[in-house]
Amino acid sequence: MSLLQIRGLQKSFGGVKAVDGIDFDVAAGELLALIGPNGAGKSTTFNMVNGQLRASGGSVKLDGRELVGLKPREIWKMGVGRTFQIAETFASLTVVENVQMALISSHGKLYSLWSRAAGAYRNEALELLDQVGMKADADRPCSALAYGDVKRVELAIALANDPKLLLMDEPTAGMAPKERNDLMALTKRLVVERKLAVLFTEHSMDVVFAYADRMIVLARGRLIAAGSGEEIRNHPKVQEVYFGTGKTFEKPVAQEEVAA
Amino acid sequence: MSSFLVQLLNGLAGASSLFLVAAGLSLIFGVTRIVNFAHGSLYMLGVYIAYSMSERLAGGVGFWFSLVFSALAVGFIGALIEMVLLRRIYKAPELFQLLATFALVLVIKDGVLWIWGAEDLLGRRAPGLEGSVEILGRNFPTYDLFLIVIGPVVLALVWLLLTRTRWGTLVRAATQDREMLSALGVHQSWLITGVFALGAMLAGLGGALQLPREPANLGMDMLSIGDAFVVVVVGGMGSIPGAFVAALIIAEIKAICIWLGDVNFGPFSISFSKLTLVVEFLVMAVVLVVRPWGLFGRPQGTPRHSGAPEAPLRPAGKSLRWFAVALVAGMAVLPLLQGQFPYALVLSVDLLIAALFAASLHFIMGPGGMHSFGHAAYFGLGAYGAALLMKAAGLPMEAALILAPVVAGLGAVVFGWFSVRLSGVYLAMLTLAFGQIAWSIAFQWDDFTGGSNGLIGIWPSGWANNRTAYFYLTLVLVVVGLFALRRMLFSPFGYAMRAGRDSVLRADAIGIDVKRIQWLAFVIAGVFAGAAGALFVYSKGSISPEVLSVTKSVDGLVMVLLGGVQTLAGPIVGAVTFTWLQDTVARSTDYWRALLGGIILFLVLVFPQGLAGFIHDLVVKLKPNREAAR
Ligand SMILES: Nc1ncnc2c1ncn2[C@@H]1O[C@H](COP(=O)(O)OP(=O)(O)OP(=O)(O)O)[C@@H](O)[C@H]1O
Ligand SMILES: [Mg+2]
Repeated sequence: MSLLQIRGLQKSFGGVKAVDGIDFDVAAGELLALIGPNGAGKSTTFNMVNGQLRASGGSVKLDGRELVGLKPREIWKMGVGRTFQIAETFASLTVVENVQMALISSHGKLYSLWSRAAGAYRNEALELLDQVGMKADADRPCSALAYGDVKRVELAIALANDPKLLLMDEPTAGMAPKERNDLMALTKRLVVERKLAVLFTEHSMDVVFAYADRMIVLARGRLIAAGSGEEIRNHPKVQEVYFGTGKTFEKPVAQEEVAA
Repeated sequence: MSSFLVQLLNGLAGASSLFLVAAGLSLIFGVTRIVNFAHGSLYMLGVYIAYSMSERLAGGVGFWFSLVFSALAVGFIGALIEMVLLRRIYKAPELFQLLATFALVLVIKDGVLWIWGAEDLLGRRAPGLEGSVEILGRNFPTYDLFLIVIGPVVLALVWLLLTRTRWGTLVRAATQDREMLSALGVHQSWLITGVFALGAMLAGLGGALQLPREPANLGMDMLSIGDAFVVVVVGGMGSIPGAFVAALIIAEIKAICIWLGDVNFGPFSISFSKLTLVVEFLVMAVVLVVRPWGLFGRPQGTPRHSGAPEAPLRPAGKSLRWFAVALVAGMAVLPLLQGQFPYALVLSVDLLIAALFAASLHFIMGPGGMHSFGHAAYFGLGAYGAALLMKAAGLPMEAALILAPVVAGLGAVVFGWFSVRLSGVYLAMLTLAFGQIAWSIAFQWDDFTGGSNGLIGIWPSGWANNRTAYFYLTLVLVVVGLFALRRMLFSPFGYAMRAGRDSVLRADAIGIDVKRIQWLAFVIAGVFAGAAGALFVYSKGSISPEVLSVTKSVDGLVMVLLGGVQTLAGPIVGAVTFTWLQDTVARSTDYWRALLGGIILFLVLVFPQGLAGFIHDLVVKLKPNREAAR
């Protein structure tokens, strides 16, 4: 049985069906890309899986346990980490403190009133930062980082409680091509080494085709295709959704940078 | 039954004036996003100006002209305030805007005192409407009937102005989306000045209309701003019809309370007429919890970004530590100088207590991001708690000092549970409401709290009952308290608090229950404020509801903002500066409020990051820049 099972999941915002009954699975050790044009419902799907939005219908099961109705922090405790489309970090903490915060939480030490937070799990935090290549910036304020770096810090935070499933909403937005590849290579390594399941969205098709094990395509809240890179590339519906006629999969990078 | 109906009519008459003030406040908030604390002062000005004019211009026409003139004059003053002051601080953090408008309250109050004096001034009856008409066998003042009509008429006029004119369309657009408006190339600053003038005019009119019903007095500003806040919050910020409906509801509920009078439920007797002071705040609390954005309001977007991001916490450096030690040591030898400066010890106790109070408020306001406008509630609970534990339960001072903070903490458990469900301006208003509720309980429960007279004869135990000993007791407890608060900010809990403030989404996604963290923070702040209150009551030997008043809460805010909300030393610097200023200025002039207001305005305009923040920035600038050296 796969780690994450999504069945008939839907969400409507005042009559508008942002996600309209979708089914898919993610297995442990799988890097699954969820792609689709702007407004397709990708972020909404993520938000339902991690509990930030309550699904209007359907079910989300992790290891057979229902997640719909649980709070984000409860879902996080069950081993689901995430990064946000617009990076969310703690601006008034340093980089390493951001990661320490997640470690403090996962060790159940949030209500400790007297010990010093600065030294708590600092080494573990530095190790995680090392993995994402941010160790050198550990003691800088998070608010001083470039956007691409913030996204990497976010990944380190999400990895702090050793999740089984990682949700990454446009993890490489705002990064230079080289950085993108580094980050996705790291993600791929985590998937292989830790048997981590990763669900990610991405507008850069280069990245998707280079790293995803499998991909599913969402358009107007419905899944229209699933399969390997080759299958998706040649899928008529996908080409129609993306380009009307369908010529190429390249998307101008500059445009994404603006969107980020 | 007929008395009930007449009471309802009374309520309608009261609602009109309330609506006028609240409508102006709501309009101004909608467009500028500034919660104008000085709105009640504009109302008060309306009453006084109408008084002077109607005394000068006798006769029927003179009276009615006075009302109109008063409204126009206040509108003009409003425009002036907007152009000279507020225009400079639209980009400043929300809290600074509040502080600036509060400074205006002080300045206007003393301006009124200077021009009109401290005596209550009873205005003329409205010519032609002096008498009363018989309704259901009871006499009902004709003027009140006129008031009942005026409310809906003004509502209709404002409504027409907003929906039928181009100017009104722009105002509504601005209420919805400021950015869009500027993108359309509308000359924003004139629009805003116009809205401010209109809002002030409505307040002035509301005040002027009140003249025949109640004498002009210096307390009108705070009372009316409290009422207006409640109406605006209940109706929904920025909604004019909301303000009207809310004014009606609140005025009617008050009227019903008066009509009910004392009611016996079995052995209990509830005095509903006494409830009138609290009931509006109860209504507001209920509405905020059930429908946080008010009856006619819309959920607000994410709170506005307020200023530059805060710098990460750094443990105190060597020099700061030594400075702190030297400061405490310096204070410890103060009693030796008693001969030369007999007043120094008394003032120092006040300074220390203020520092603890301000630090406890800063705890939730800065790192916690919760702007409490009712922090005096916990100070007062501690103070009354200590006094009553001694008077009613016969406990010695030592026990009362330990238990009083617990009492304040329990209060914070209850109030905090509701408050953390809200954020931003709404949280500020709900905490204000709780503060008012605590105040009016202390004010009205004569048998238990001594009512408006308060309690006297609360002196320390024998050993501490002299200046020097009590000073040392205060010094030790305050230093311990300040240290504990600081230590908690450096603990995992303190970090979690800041994390929750920085990003609720991220915090929730890594297992932090932000509301619970905030709740606990609220309780901790309440406990320490309560300790300050308990120390206060023994230093004075008496207590009155003053310690629970809005003014006291605002004092705390001013201290924190003065020192700088983003620095840990800020509240201490602010508390000391503020208390000392208040003390010296108050002794040298009758117009200390105006001076204080002037100083606050100066500070807001010149040191928007607070005093301690300013010093900190200066030190950073002078030091070789490490970040740049990397
Ligand atoms: N809170 C909300 N209220 C109302 N509508 C919403 C809300 N969140 C999303 N939507 C709508 O739901 C649809 C799906 O949005 P979603 O953010 O999931 O798209 P997406 O696939 O992530 O797009 P993008 O690639 O631009 O990030 C959009 O039409 C959006 O306008
Ligand atoms: Mg998205």
